[in-house]
Amino acid sequence: MNRRVVITGLGVVAPNGTGIPDFLQAIQNGVSGIRFNPQYEALNFNCQVSGVPVFEWNHLENYVTEVSFHGLKGQGIGYAIKAALDAWTDAGNTFDTENDTHWDTGCVFGNSVSDTSVIKNIIARVDAKEAKKLGSRVIEQVMNSGATAYISGRLGLGNKVITNSAACATGSQAVLMGYEYIKYGMAKRMLVGSTEHVDPYIFGAFDSMRVLSRKFNSVPGQASRPMSATAGGFIPGSGAGALVLEDLDFALARGASIYAEILGGANNSGGQRNGGSMTAPNNEGVIKCIEDAITNSNVNPHDIDLISGHLTATLADKMEIRNWVAALGTDSSKFPLTNSLKSMTGHCLSAAGSIECIAVALQIFHQFIHPNINLEDPNPEIVEMTGMDALPTACIKKEINIVAKANFGFGDVNTCLIFSKFRNNG
Amino acid sequence: MDRQSILEELKRVLTPYTANKEDLNSINDDTDLIKDLKINSANLIDIIIDAEAKYGIEIDADSAEKMSNVGSCINVIIEKMQQKEG
Repeated sequence: MNRRVVITGLGVVAPNGTGIPDFLQAIQNGVSGIRFNPQYEALNFNCQVSGVPVFEWNHLENYVTEVSFHGLKGQGIGYAIKAALDAWTDAGNTFDTENDTHWDTGCVFGNSVSDTSVIKNIIARVDAKEAKKLGSRVIEQVMNSGATAYISGRLGLGNKVITNSAACATGSQAVLMGYEYIKYGMAKRMLVGSTEHVDPYIFGAFDSMRVLSRKFNSVPGQASRPMSATAGGFIPGSGAGALVLEDLDFALARGASIYAEILGGANNSGGQRNGGSMTAPNNEGVIKCIEDAITNSNVNPHDIDLISGHLTATLADKMEIRNWVAALGTDSSKFPLTNSLKSMTGHCLSAAGSIECIAVALQIFHQFIHPNINLEDPNPEIVEMTGMDALPTACIKKEINIVAKANFGFGDVNTCLIFSKFRNNG
Repeated sequence: MDRQSILEELKRVLTPYTANKEDLNSINDDTDLIKDLKINSANLIDIIIDAEAKYGIEIDADSAEKMSNVGSCINVIIEKMQQKEG
């Protein structure tokens, strides 16, 4: 099985940049997308900051038909449409409502919940005995497969069209699934990604779990602090990321430009055993996932130039680093450079994985390593394992070839992907 | 309200659901919403909901089923407006 899978298109709606050029500039310059959220204050949340993308809703008129735009309300679906269609055009494709079905191209797009503002509208109408006023457009936006349905319908995608959901591992799982379908010959192209709407109901429930940061409400840009001694919880984030994955031969035949190659990956669960639970990973499962990804990708762990961690800014950061150390079989003198995009974006839940995979592809393509911001006070226990040089606080221009990217989610689910600089060696 | 002014307002209700706006210029009683204006059949219910809001009327399910072309839409709207006034 020597099919190779490459990334040919990217589209992003992130708290610190909407569209690839803005996002690239933001991650190179360490720009935070975290801002004060007055709604969270009004709702008496402990955490009153969040990462909400700058998003011009009316621009969606350029992405969907006018009839479709009229009645479109789901924020997460809106993010997804923009990211996905931007990725599609970035890969050199066009779209219109008349093109034939692309039988060789599918879509895996994930989310954790459908848009609760749409759900709220349904509940209010039904409870007010006005169900018949809901109309025809709410089901398509409240169904879990809403984003996938809008994307695949707009582009005419006719291969597998799947909505995946694996909590915070959703985005990287979507990328892995798309990779596998191409690798095993089931599709030539897969549009993959995930979306998340920063939603007061979902994040209110996270707030209640005391896993959100609460001590940096007055300095939003400093609030997301992965790996720091003052990390006190994650920051609600939202957005969408989309990638066009493509069979290398198919991409070369149409003269596509290539950001990076995906060498392989792994997706597993710790089974909520041996210390694993609904909310905490079984470390054995995490280590196995990383090891399997490395084995499947046929790389040497010592060749990994960069770890793009899950690293949300909770107590779990330390455990995650410990698991990377165990999986890579390395010590602090050789620990790879490590960064967390969440220091700039907060934790975009389902969308985190896809947005972070985009950051990885951009770092490989443009050969740089984005900074960890808000890491003036690294956690000493983490530094002991990694060494301080492995945790860059400024952008580094450097040759990077192999990047490991992981995400871990509630339910004890893990995904790890191995990316590489693309080389056409025949 | 006469049929002509209802027709003009109905055009505005139909606009967001009609892909080709030029098709609305020449509508008359016989214009079929699905066949001629290429409106998605699922959107007929949205048009009825919008019309209810616009005219302050209630359109029951049996009446809604009759609303397939412009003429029948106007008939139902007039009937419901008269019921409301009566």
